[in-house]
Amino acid sequence: MSALAALARVEAFEAGRAVPLATVRHVHLSARPLVFVPVLMAGEAAAPLAALVGTDRTDPRLLVVDQPRDRDQRFVFLAELARIVLDHVAQCRGETELVEATRNHEQWERHLDAPQLVVPNPGGIEAMRLLGRSARFRSAQGPYPVDPLVPVLGRYLTWFAQDRAPTAGSSVCLALTEVLAAHWATGQSALEDQHLAALLAWIVPDRFGPAGAGLTGPQAAALAEDPDRWPSAGPATDPEFDTGVLSALIAAQQRAEGDADAAHAARRALREALRGRLQPTWDLLWQGLDLLRALPEAGHDEHRWRVDRGRFTDFARAVDEGAPPQPRRESAVAAARRLADLEAAQEAYDKQRALDDPLMLAAYRVTGEAFAGTVVAVDAERRDTSGRTPKPRPRVWLRTADQVVLRQGTKVACPQRPNQRPSIVSVTRQGADCVVELELSNDMGRKAVPDEGSVPEPGESRCYATVLAAEFFPPPPLPDPEQTPWTHGGPPAQYTPAGADHDEDWH
Amino acid sequence: MTGSSAERSAAARAVIDAVTADLLGAGHRGVIVDSPPGAGKSTLVVELAGRLADTGEPVMVVAQTNEQVDDLVDRLAAAHGAPGSGRGLTIGRLSASGYVPTQRVARHTGGPHAADDSVTVAGKVADLGAPAVTVATAAKWARTAQPERPAGGWRWAILDEAYQMRSDGLLAIAPRFADGTALFVGDPGQLDPFATIDGERWAGSPWDPTDSAVAVVRAHNPRLPVHRLPYSWRLPATAAPLVCRAFYPFTPFEAGSAPQDRAMKLPGAATVAGPADSGPIDQALDLAAETGWALYELPARHTVRTDTEAVDACARLAARLVRREASVFDPGYPGGRPVTADRVAIGAAHRDQAAGIRAALDRHGADLAAVTVDTANRLQGREYDVCIVLHPLSGRRDATAFHLETGRLCVLLSRHRHACIVVSRAGIPELLDAHPHTEPVHLGVPVKFPDGWEAHQAVLAHLGGHRVTAAR
Repeated sequence: MSALAALARVEAFEAGRAVPLATVRHVHLSARPLVFVPVLMAGEAAAPLAALVGTDRTDPRLLVVDQPRDRDQRFVFLAELARIVLDHVAQCRGETELVEATRNHEQWERHLDAPQLVVPNPGGIEAMRLLGRSARFRSAQGPYPVDPLVPVLGRYLTWFAQDRAPTAGSSVCLALTEVLAAHWATGQSALEDQHLAALLAWIVPDRFGPAGAGLTGPQAAALAEDPDRWPSAGPATDPEFDTGVLSALIAAQQRAEGDADAAHAARRALREALRGRLQPTWDLLWQGLDLLRALPEAGHDEHRWRVDRGRFTDFARAVDEGAPPQPRRESAVAAARRLADLEAAQEAYDKQRALDDPLMLAAYRVTGEAFAGTVVAVDAERRDTSGRTPKPRPRVWLRTADQVVLRQGTKVACPQRPNQRPSIVSVTRQGADCVVELELSNDMGRKAVPDEGSVPEPGESRCYATVLAAEFFPPPPLPDPEQTPWTHGGPPAQYTPAGADHDEDWH
Repeated sequence: MTGSSAERSAAARAVIDAVTADLLGAGHRGVIVDSPPGAGKSTLVVELAGRLADTGEPVMVVAQTNEQVDDLVDRLAAAHGAPGSGRGLTIGRLSASGYVPTQRVARHTGGPHAADDSVTVAGKVADLGAPAVTVATAAKWARTAQPERPAGGWRWAILDEAYQMRSDGLLAIAPRFADGTALFVGDPGQLDPFATIDGERWAGSPWDPTDSAVAVVRAHNPRLPVHRLPYSWRLPATAAPLVCRAFYPFTPFEAGSAPQDRAMKLPGAATVAGPADSGPIDQALDLAAETGWALYELPARHTVRTDTEAVDACARLAARLVRREASVFDPGYPGGRPVTADRVAIGAAHRDQAAGIRAALDRHGADLAAVTVDTANRLQGREYDVCIVLHPLSGRRDATAFHLETGRLCVLLSRHRHACIVVSRAGIPELLDAHPHTEPVHLGVPVKFPDGWEAHQAVLAHLGGHRVTAAR
């Protein structure tokens, strides 16, 4: 937690209401997100129990596994889920746009939309990952055949939960508590923030309690602790529900065996009980999305969603072309590529947020990685004459009250001119202030004198930060997987669908 | 302490000979050399580069930072390139565009003021003119074109600071020497490489890309021979046993110097002008001069990271040390050598702490500008006479994995040749006892031992006998 976020929490505690951590929305929200509230059965890793799912807030689909210990029923559940998820995916694959060829990539078509799954919390993403893993290696043939959509669903769930969700800046798979906590600070602990109801209680306390009660955040959060009104958002169920309600309803079904009417009644009772547990979370989820939608879109939103659309296009085509399921363990080369990808995405997301949002930039000032102040002097005529042609190298002196911990030679940039990366020449203390001397070396035009407006003027306010000066280089080339050197165990074995996939003991 | 100085030198040379035999014996694709702090790792690298080059086949040397590359180039040139050095090897330094040779490299590149012309600097392998030894950073090697094999492949590779190299970095450069033999050299007790994202998804995988290069090589090639350098030539006899016990309990090493070889003398406190309230400061300095260690303990308190009192104590200790004109004695300087500001370092865990200490030093006077103030990460591989350490857990409420990391504490406590002074708030043992271990345990991840808790307790137990309580 940054010092600024800690301060915001203290302020929220004092005010009895959540405090904004961001001025804009740093995630993309699709016009029709697919909202998914899964719950798993306690005691097994990936035994689905129920889910509310859909794109229409007034009409969620309830999927239930009547006998969650019955493995066949689990895959019937997954087949039903597959129809909904894959239908959502298919709807995003309508129109495409043409992407011009670049040096490294030939011309291609990119889908104009991408799917978006929203789950209540990070546990929901983990549930998707587990379900994806249990589904993607299954087959429509062989000893335990499943619906042919199940392995496709498995690949998509894996893509959402394992490939895209951990990638910074990707919005195709969102955990709502995480997104809300990134935009608002509450006066409760990070652990309490993981309960969607308690988190929303701090942000919109008026929605809790009787109308017009005018509750404060902590009062509303105390109400949100009532597990009957605001049950756990999953994927784990409340143990009291398990023992008090669920086990009785499952036992009732077993007792009703042979009696069609009683069995039907028992199943209906189970469905009603589960709907009652999931509906409050469903409603909260849509309220949370409304809150996020009310925030202005971040400047880089379109750019990031374009990346998501591109990745979606690639993945959907690969699935169409019959690519094998994602391996259980990434090979050495694939893991190194993924790490480079994740690190680059994180760096880009940090930079974009700092550019889009002054509150994000302020957090860097607190740690000394950014400083803001007034330009006190400029030497715009200064040139470097050591080479054959003199180059403009203006110097700028900026007075700041911030603690500057950056070293000489560090590159910084400011939101007004993010491509200009001056380096720090010196930092001189003047009383409580610092005067930072910067040398400009780029983004001043091609002429012998800097273009108009490309050099800061005395009196201007600027905020320079290292995060804004981050430059992106393609990662170094890695060997092809079949060329994996001996240091990393040599080339990996080819994937062949094996019977062993069915027999994993955690199924 | 075993044997005479000559015997210890012979034992260290025997390790180099054994490593050479394993490399030239061609029975292994790689050899690992573990080195405790200051055990002559660079000497080993320079010596082996020469011996491998004697085979007439090209040697690639990989270091992690440009600073390290320049140091190695300088030492290689002085040992093997200079006229009269015996080998007369040519050395190539691959560099990124815009690299300006540092002075220590430039003096080997020929020209009117150079000592010799054994070093060539270029951005591409082809422009170096096939030198016997080519040195570059791992990042630069990863971006050089893969030479045609076998003609242009590297028969020999030496990877320095291999414990600080990430597995994915090794994967990018390993194809360049995949048909040859590699020597991995490093200090297993130092800071592990880090990633800016959470690498939990790969935990337990034998090719976790966030793991160190040596860990991944050993996981896949468990039979590679591992050698150890037996003596720390840097750490004094007062420090080696503690550092060994706390951080290297299963790979013992000893100080290369005898207790009587090193001494630090401080003229009497009364003779020096300075603030009159420096009583505990002087006591801490005297204790450190006498025993090699001091714990300057401030009253227990939970503080922000940049704890003003602790930061100021670090600066005052350094200022007082320099102004009291301390001097150190060792066999290389039997007549003594003053502890000037550039021979003193102050280490901290965080950059803002280092910045705070720097600012405090500036307030104490311009003569302290040469004192090094840095984070553990940046102090790795460096050496000073006296090191002042702001304890990573000082004033904290929690003991996170970052602050508990053994490598961080090990780096901070193993930079000095003579004395180390730790500045800390009281109450760290209690914090360690009260704070539960919350890191998840993963299947397939080798247990790292000693863990941070154990190492910190060992260090604090020792420092408890060297405590000076700060005046309130």
